[in-house]
Amino acid sequence: MKKADNARRRETLDIAMRVVSGAASLIGIFFLGWILWTVARQGLAAFNIDFFTELPAPPGVEGGGLANAIAGTAIITLLATLMGVPLGLFTGVYLSEFGKSTRFGGMVRFTMNITMGVPSIIVGLFVYTLLVLPFKHFSAYAGAVALAIIMLPVVARTTEDMLNLVPNALRESALAIGMPRWRMIIAILFRAARSGLLTGILLAVARVSGETAPLLFTAMSSPYWMKGLAEPTANLTVTIFNYAMSPFDDWKQLAWGASLFIMATVLGVNILARTLLRERTK
Amino acid sequence: MSDVKLPLYGEMADPTPKISVRGLDFFYGDHQALFSNDIDIAPNRVTAVIGPSGCGKSTHLRVYNRIFELYREQRVKGAVLLNGENIFAPTVKLLDLRRRVGMIFQKPTPFPMSVFENVAYGIRLHYAVSKSELDGRVEEALKGAALWEEVRDLLNRPGTALSGGQQQRLCIARAIAVEPEVLLMDEPTSAIDPIATAKIEELVEGLKGKYTIVIVTHNMQQAARISDFTAFFFKGYIIEFGATKQIFTNPHNKKTEEYITGRFG
Ligand SMILES: Nc1ncnc2c1ncn2[C@@H]1O[C@H](COP(=O)(O)OP(=O)(O)OP(=O)(O)O)[C@@H](O)[C@H]1O
Ligand SMILES: [Mg+2]
Repeated sequence: MKKADNARRRETLDIAMRVVSGAASLIGIFFLGWILWTVARQGLAAFNIDFFTELPAPPGVEGGGLANAIAGTAIITLLATLMGVPLGLFTGVYLSEFGKSTRFGGMVRFTMNITMGVPSIIVGLFVYTLLVLPFKHFSAYAGAVALAIIMLPVVARTTEDMLNLVPNALRESALAIGMPRWRMIIAILFRAARSGLLTGILLAVARVSGETAPLLFTAMSSPYWMKGLAEPTANLTVTIFNYAMSPFDDWKQLAWGASLFIMATVLGVNILARTLLRERTK
Repeated sequence: MSDVKLPLYGEMADPTPKISVRGLDFFYGDHQALFSNDIDIAPNRVTAVIGPSGCGKSTHLRVYNRIFELYREQRVKGAVLLNGENIFAPTVKLLDLRRRVGMIFQKPTPFPMSVFENVAYGIRLHYAVSKSELDGRVEEALKGAALWEEVRDLLNRPGTALSGGQQQRLCIARAIAVEPEVLLMDEPTSAIDPIATAKIEELVEGLKGKYTIVIVTHNMQQAARISDFTAFFFKGYIIEFGATKQIFTNPHNKKTEEYITGRFG
């Protein structure tokens, strides 16, 4: 009698668990779908030729676009990639090839994990005091440095993980023909792990291309085309922040457009990364 | 066990050994894996290394090209002389030592590049050659590894696209392309099928005129078939070393006899 009771209780609990976890997933999907739908609907309405080719119009003037912000984001992200990726790549190499079981290696790994968890607004504030305050102006390079700092640990950890997947036998067979170690790393390991490394880089790029807080204090924004790296630079995320809070309907519309543009780009990069990863595991 | 007196091969063949090992101890951190190994490897002969799993065969072999140095916690004591020169002497150039002492691993490990590049990479690394000279040397190495006929039209394919046996011969081609003096083979046929194994055995037979070969194997028939000398390892010690014929017909040591007759291992 008692046994049957227990069995029934277990069964009920099983069902309850299934219902709760299923419902939680549904709620997650629902909100995500809602966000996508809203951004797509509002954003598409903002897309036209002007959006991609024109400067923003002053308040009250019809039309205008976000061409300068698109270019600014592209340039800042590219600069950040040029700084963050090599640094991250070589940090990852150090972690997997040289400092695996050393004290310093452990320290670097720990630091990378912590940095990965630092809120991006704090990175922004840090770069602000380092590169904005002393020079008394906002700049594209300050923004790029902030984003590079955010990319660094992401690239370093994925690089370490991907290199760890390469069997030691491959390292040994490269060394066994008299290859120097640095060459083994670049010619053999990087090649063996290339799709994984590229995936890590793409995911890091995707991650920072949506960051706003670190750019708020560094690149700031601008209604003009950028003339150099040492001046405030228009970018999509800060534009969204500014325009969405403005009282003007056409600015709000542009903010939606910028949101959709970022979302589509990040989605594209993610799909690319995942395709590469799938190719690797094949 | 350490007081077993080893007959060094010199009593039975060419008196100048290619490699002489004296008092070799090996440590994985605190764990000692080899104990005062002494052995002489005859030039242009095949020396088989046999013994039960975990007795230190691979460890011993991996000292000859100092590949163990990749791992910080691994250390040796003792001397290994290649042509009479200690490979641990500061004057020895590590990269050149590894060119002279090639290694074939248990699992084929083609580089993630084309068949041609797999062989060409090492050549370019050590020699300044023209493009046509390079082509010639690659072809020569592939012929030396009895692979040329099978891959001459697949040179641009990835090395990993070959069959297991072909990959292993590609690794042999890669090793001989840099003109080594010694070839170390650690169970080179344990991961491939019997037909491919027969091909590699035949190849080893042919290579020994040009190279000094040391081969680890678990296969007693293979050791008996292809080797001139055999060393029997047990728990990190070299228990017996001699002409393969003698080891297999009239082993002096009881442990050796038990092992080759299949009573343990
Ligand atoms: N990387 C390592 N770290 C610590 N100990 C190791 C390591 N590699 C091998 N050993 C130990 O050293 C001893 C000898 O190992 P080795 O691999 O040389 O044996 P083997 O004769 O080649 O065995 P097998 O026939 O299984 O290949 C074993 O006790 C093994 O556990
Ligand atoms: Mg072994």
